[in-house]
Amino acid sequence: MKLIQGNEAVALGAVAAGCDFYAGYPITPATEIMEQMARLLPARGGVFIQMEDELSAAAAVIGAAWGGARAMTATSGPGFSLMQEHIGYAAITQTPCVFVDSQRGGPSTGLPTLPAQGDVMQARFGSHGDRAAIALTASSVLSAYEMTARAFELSETYRQPVVLLLDAVLSHMRENVELPKVEPAPRPMPAPGTDPEPFGDNPFVPFGAGRRTVVTGLAHDESGLPKTAGGQAQERMLLELQDRLRRDAAEITHYSSHALEGARIVVLAYGITARAAREAVEMLRADGVAAGLLDLQTLWPFPDFLVTEIAQGAQAILVPELNVGQYVIPVTAAVQGRCRVAPLGRADGNLFTPEEIAQAARDLLLAERGGVRRG
Amino acid sequence: MARLGQDLSEYLRAEMMPTVWCPGCGHGIIAQGIATALREIRADLDQVVVVGGIGCSGRTPFYMNTGAMHTTHGRALAFATGLKLARPSLTVIVAMGDGDALAIGGNHFIHAARRNIDLTVVLYNNSIYGMTGGQAAPTTPQGSHSTTTPLGSIEPNFDAVELARAAGASFVARSTTFDFQEMPQLIARAIRHPGFSMVEVLSQCPTYYGRLNHLGEAPEMLLYERDRTRLLEMFGPPPEITREEMVGQLPIGLFVEEVRPEYTQRYSELCAAAGGSYHA
Repeated sequence: MKLIQGNEAVALGAVAAGCDFYAGYPITPATEIMEQMARLLPARGGVFIQMEDELSAAAAVIGAAWGGARAMTATSGPGFSLMQEHIGYAAITQTPCVFVDSQRGGPSTGLPTLPAQGDVMQARFGSHGDRAAIALTASSVLSAYEMTARAFELSETYRQPVVLLLDAVLSHMRENVELPKVEPAPRPMPAPGTDPEPFGDNPFVPFGAGRRTVVTGLAHDESGLPKTAGGQAQERMLLELQDRLRRDAAEITHYSSHALEGARIVVLAYGITARAAREAVEMLRADGVAAGLLDLQTLWPFPDFLVTEIAQGAQAILVPELNVGQYVIPVTAAVQGRCRVAPLGRADGNLFTPEEIAQAARDLLLAERGGVRRG
Repeated sequence: MARLGQDLSEYLRAEMMPTVWCPGCGHGIIAQGIATALREIRADLDQVVVVGGIGCSGRTPFYMNTGAMHTTHGRALAFATGLKLARPSLTVIVAMGDGDALAIGGNHFIHAARRNIDLTVVLYNNSIYGMTGGQAAPTTPQGSHSTTTPLGSIEPNFDAVELARAAGASFVARSTTFDFQEMPQLIARAIRHPGFSMVEVLSQCPTYYGRLNHLGEAPEMLLYERDRTRLLEMFGPPPEITREEMVGQLPIGLFVEEVRPEYTQRYSELCAAAGGSYHA
């Protein structure tokens, strides 16, 4: 057992997962990830570089991936905004790499030292144009470690940038944890004697391995060449990736649940908020309220199948989050009126207390009953 | 070395021809210069990556029969920095435009030069934004016309050579598309140079810069390039020429060539000191 900080756990999880390239730019509250990597990587022969801004940090990560590295960067809101163009570039060029965003209050400089969950939609839709997105989050130091390693694994499996969302509190808090052993994910290679196209559902082959691949942010087909007229090939490849993510949803979706069976009210929470939500559910159950918890570690792709299942049995779903109502939007869309969905938001830099969540749940149940009576 | 009628097909990606460049554009001459330089240094094309940004120059990687990375506007050097650090055995050439390198990418340009990382920038300078239709660039000469300076530019223009030199580049040269014999030699020498190297090549854009400034078609613009530049000693110390003597003319030639500690080399030493082995 060892007392470990959330940001430190991210660095350790990355290195355990085989990360051998870090490019970054200092920003609160993510900086300790960078400081840890500056110590960890040279001793392992990996590359650490402090770039001139977040745009170049993201670019260097993608360049390094094409040089064969397992590459990552970490930032917070303002830097995450600057990185969006390159996250889109990584997506269209099918480049495996990891972006960590330790969320703080926003918009703009906002609340640099205080927690938020305001980048949840940005992690999905922040870059212009359409893309598939994979984003994870964590609610403990241990899960920050595990989800970092998982982010690298998913980035290899799907050849996509993977985002890990933390927040200022999780980044800076320390917990006594035993870090499990993690093995770097194998990188899929072309079958011997084959020479598949460089893009689409084919293995990622970096430069220097005997291929003269063309990598471009212009719309292209599996050949990588941008000469395809129109965007049909790009659209087809995007839809194929989305289909694949949908097929693999059960494997990609990480979550923990508590007392969902027979729950009349489900608190759907993620990240740091899930800790207070768990306590709130305990309080409600102690009061005889049939409450349950869904604590999501995979936010994107959106776990429709889970939310739909919960909506069949529950009377209401409460979505507490440190923003004024973001993740509640896809939850509401997935529920399609099967039960009541209510947001519980705050964006003042404070965490929810368990009491606040429990009270909101009681209010929601009361309102739901009222609704039934009136009906 | 460069000669008319030479066969460079081994170095060019035929399936991407014809190029997007307008008739009379100088960029094809520069791309030919890069291909000629690769032949000169007997490059293993599997171990070469040409990185480009966005704009007319940014299309260069598509036409080179090497690894090719067509990146985002201004950030080519940041991608190239990551690529080179991750695989230092690669030869990385970065084709950038003047707006690409000195406006949106100015910060990356000076920091790559400061680090002295072994990348070769070929800076295609046609004094204007061609791809978007003739807007002013930081290199648009003061007083000249573009679609966003219809009354003449009031901004002083950047001198890429002075900027690269001041930022710490260890190899700095300038040539023109008129000098199609010397320009590939400078590029070859820049690729061989173990550190950050920059060859600015003045290029003609008859479609926009030439038309908006009444400089004629490509042949007239090539002569304009010849007349507005003055060759200093190519591979030696530049002669002492005062600013007054150079009025109205830009110096061309090789201005800086110094072997200084290179970034991946220093990084390797840093790893060794920490007990790590960088690309052993």
